Amino acid sequence: MARIAFTAHLAAVGPTEPSSYGGATLAEVLDAVGADYPRLKSYVLDDQGRLRKHIAIFVDGLMRPRETALAVPLDDASDIYVFQALSGG
Amino acid sequence: MSDRLFAATRKGLFEFRRQRAGRWAVERVSFLGAPVSQVLADPRDGAIYAALDYGHFGVKLQRSDDGGAGWSEVAAPSYAGVDVDAEAPPSLKLIWALEIADPDAPGTLWAGTIPGGLFYSDDRGESWSLNRGLWDQPQRKGWMGVVYDQPGMHSVSVDPRDPRRVAVAVSTGGVWETADGGASWTLGGAGLRAEYIPPGQAQDPVMQDVHRLVRCRAAPDAFWIQHHNGVFKADGGIGQWSELAAPHSTFGFAVAVHPKRPETAWLAPAIKDEFRCPEDGKVVVKRTTDGGRSFDVLTRGLPQAHAYDLVYRHGLDVDAEGERLALGSTTGGLWLSENGGDDWVQAPARLPPVYAVRFG
Repeated sequence: MARIAFTAHLAAVGPTEPSSYGGATLAEVLDAVGADYPRLKSYVLDDQGRLRKHIAIFVDGLMRPRETALAVPLDDASDIYVFQALSGG
Repeated sequence: MSDRLFAATRKGLFEFRRQRAGRWAVERVSFLGAPVSQVLADPRDGAIYAALDYGHFGVKLQRSDDGGAGWSEVAAPSYAGVDVDAEAPPSLKLIWALEIADPDAPGTLWAGTIPGGLFYSDDRGESWSLNRGLWDQPQRKGWMGVVYDQPGMHSVSVDPRDPRRVAVAVSTGGVWETADGGASWTLGGAGLRAEYIPPGQAQDPVMQDVHRLVRCRAAPDAFWIQHHNGVFKADGGIGQWSELAAPHSTFGFAVAVHPKRPETAWLAPAIKDEFRCPEDGKVVVKRTTDGGRSFDVLTRGLPQAHAYDLVYRHGLDVDAEGERLALGSTTGGLWLSENGGDDWVQAPARLPPVYAVRFG
């Protein structure tokens, strides 16, 4: 199972520690996490199911393009980090 | 009289309580740090709704069932499945209007949003449905983004005589009305005038940038509009409008109408477009009591030197009696009046930029 960690900004709606979830892609892993944390997906994906604009996805140390990140193939050794861009004042 | 006022700001929701004549104080701060775009206190069941714009993490709706002590996230309006084949399928950007849909049916709500959809809930925000009657209007394709790049529905006004009659205003997209609870819609706005579009199209009702639409509770066919380039009044519904000549700039975002006297209204003027701040650095409220034939410029208690406070479209509210007024600015100023605007007192707080003020 892939290991997934979320920004601390999502601690109120998702796992606070890196966790293991099954799935062949990030979309499938998010579905699996969402089964345990029902509010989480709407914070990471918009209402059309797209990755939100200021969410950054790292898989195995590489930041993935927003348009394709949900479909990146994963394996049991994959490490996923879900971050947010910093902005604003 | 309302003794409670909410200020929805860029960094939280502030609840003020009146302590004695002219004295209001912060009672509670909720969602500190989070942008709150709109708030609704629902007298039917005591619920309070707060619309949050978390930016990176999207738009959320929270409800409190204990007067604001505790909050729980309910559903936000969703465009899931709407126009999925479009070049850019729509997605919720902001909840800009929250209103009671039917006073006799607890839990029914309307939400106006950016990118322009009107949503309905009959279960206290636990679920929402997009009003397809308006969304599917062919003329909606002519709506444009002005403030946030996409069109926004900022005003939803239910007829107190008949909740099936609802008027809405869109920036930009004009004013629309349904008489059958949202199944069918009529475009109003004859008499509105847009001076920022090519010659020959100034009267096009879809091109009108209505900043705020309000209705007199006791005379529900009487409406007021603060428009991008003027102030307009309608006496017989949203179909036909008259432009008013007002002193100072006619630009502004906010307008409030007296709940009992349709000829009395308040405006928060600013210098238009490239400045968007008060004229000569003086914060004023304009009040008419004769339907716009004349205006008083109210200044007592408002800053009159080097004040650059802009009042957004939901930044001016009047209470149910028409006596108490609140004025909140982008500089975080909040002023209250208890005599119809003759005198103002600054609230004892330096707030984040104010998006909306609301008695309730």
